Amino acid sequence: MDVLHDAKVQYLEELANHIRETLIETLLEAGSGHSAGPLGMADIFTALYFHILNHKPKQPKWKERDRLVLSNGHICPVQYVTLAYAGYFPKEELRTLRKMHSRLQGHPHRGSLPGVETTSGPLGSGLSQAIGMALAARMNREKHRVYCLMSDAEHQEGNTWEAAMFAGKERLSNLTAIIDRNNIQIDGFTEEVMPLEPLRAKYEAFNWHVVEVDGHNIRAIVDAVHEAVAIYERPTVIIAHTIPGKGVRFMENDYTWHGKPPGKEEAKAAVRDIRTLNDRIMSEHE
Amino acid sequence: MINSVAKLNPKLFDLDIEQKPTRDGYGEGLVIAGEANPNVVVLTADLKESTRCEAFEKKFPERFIEVGVAEQNMATIAAGLGISGKIPFISSYATFSPGRNWEQIRTTICYNDSNVKIAGHHAGVSVGPDGATHQALEDIALMRALPNMKVIVPCDAVEARKATVAATSIWGPVYLRFSRDHSPVITTEETPFTPGKAVVLWKSKKPQVAIVGCGPLLYGALAAAKELEREKIGTVVVNSHTVKPLDERLMLELAETVGRFVTVEEHQIAGGLGGAIAELLAARHPCPIEFIGMRDSFGQSGKPSELIAFYSMGANDIAGAVRRVMGRGAIN
Repeated sequence: MDVLHDAKVQYLEELANHIRETLIETLLEAGSGHSAGPLGMADIFTALYFHILNHKPKQPKWKERDRLVLSNGHICPVQYVTLAYAGYFPKEELRTLRKMHSRLQGHPHRGSLPGVETTSGPLGSGLSQAIGMALAARMNREKHRVYCLMSDAEHQEGNTWEAAMFAGKERLSNLTAIIDRNNIQIDGFTEEVMPLEPLRAKYEAFNWHVVEVDGHNIRAIVDAVHEAVAIYERPTVIIAHTIPGKGVRFMENDYTWHGKPPGKEEAKAAVRDIRTLNDRIMSEHE
Repeated sequence: MINSVAKLNPKLFDLDIEQKPTRDGYGEGLVIAGEANPNVVVLTADLKESTRCEAFEKKFPERFIEVGVAEQNMATIAAGLGISGKIPFISSYATFSPGRNWEQIRTTICYNDSNVKIAGHHAGVSVGPDGATHQALEDIALMRALPNMKVIVPCDAVEARKATVAATSIWGPVYLRFSRDHSPVITTEETPFTPGKAVVLWKSKKPQVAIVGCGPLLYGALAAAKELEREKIGTVVVNSHTVKPLDERLMLELAETVGRFVTVEEHQIAGGLGGAIAELLAARHPCPIEFIGMRDSFGQSGKPSELIAFYSMGANDIAGAVRRVMGRGAIN
């Protein structure tokens, strides 16, 4: 990982906003899919693919690449848009999301799209797949790292905790999990549907190193990953506190935007919010 | 008479024929596969002794992974290993794996096309005293329905060893089914074993019924064939060790030349080998079929031999099914 200069932080912040804008257009075109989670994770995806990950978009199967497992597959639109921006496939192809014969399946499928490391969608099974990859790397004495992005609500799945227990036992320090702690799920707020707190204490009890960050602060995200790399004796989980629907005022913190795309007028308003940073600046497009 | 090409155990019908559980063959196969290929890794969910992983663990401790009582985790960790160049074998009882972790197998192993081999142990009522919770009777159906999955049910310990080793050279998900109880060693080193290719074990001069089975119950099928020959009823006994992909060529050939079937498996009749054969024949060459297997019920505690008899899956029942199907006109 390079040093993160202030100029790069600003570049990444702007890039994340472009990714949000393309996300809205992509979701509008698809006519179905999830809005809140992808918008909330745009900063983390940008930081990962444009600063943290050691990868080669033109050689998606490069052996030494860092692996990124998206466990909560339903937020794949943000991964697809970021992959397209990074150069894995043409941006025009984003228009095919969720359509017949598209490489951009409604939930990610390994083998369909370059850059997608594994199939996901059914929640709770990404962390253990990432563990399998991290174990293989350790057996082969390979240096690459494995990142697993997870939702908060998938911590209601038993498989997630089976995996957490195993990674703690195996001291898998080449594995870093990042939790999108946005507090919403389909049926409402996580703490009402099925409380997850104290999440930090749970992971600590499972012998993980825990870091909590503001999931919209690029420098904080990068610093947390640096810390994870430095911790040798345990796996690290970064609990990233995010705002679902981040950047679009009428979507922010509203769980009803978890699983639906914007309509035409909503998309227009959303793009305006993103371009003007919620009316804080004038947009050159206005 | 015994098909000489199959090179079966010369002591086949002797009272002192060697008896060995098919799971022993799995354990031996793992070691051979591990020696031949450094990418072979073995996982178990707190059942290393009874699923016969201990010899592999002893020989390759760095390639043995104990996940604790967590079959869903075992399947998904294996999925990650399998797409990272490893050849993981996951070992548990079939009621738990692929029973409990079916969705993980579907999504992360099959849809992912990850190179994972699933060993389902303690299949059938012959598990015995543990009772119905531990007697897998639906696993073939669960695995057969999954795209990318291959399904192999060895008939004895020797074939189990061959199947385990062969699974490493089949790309992608493979389900291997093993039994707990001792059963006669039907085959020998020389018996041909090629995944996807069924083996004729017995062939009378004028066969009127084809008995197609998988797993240790095939010994009962051979005993039935021998008894029926005395009654001048000719049969062909086929070991369809690979349930998926089915040896369609041989089945259709039997449909044309023999025209009546009895299928034999220690599994629910719904969705098993009999179902696979019935699907093929109904579409391509309808024939009368009788099914030996579990009739939509759970098992119970008991001795394996008592259970096989009680649930009508023994040699006498197979012979009875042959006589029944004889009463139905062959279509050929």
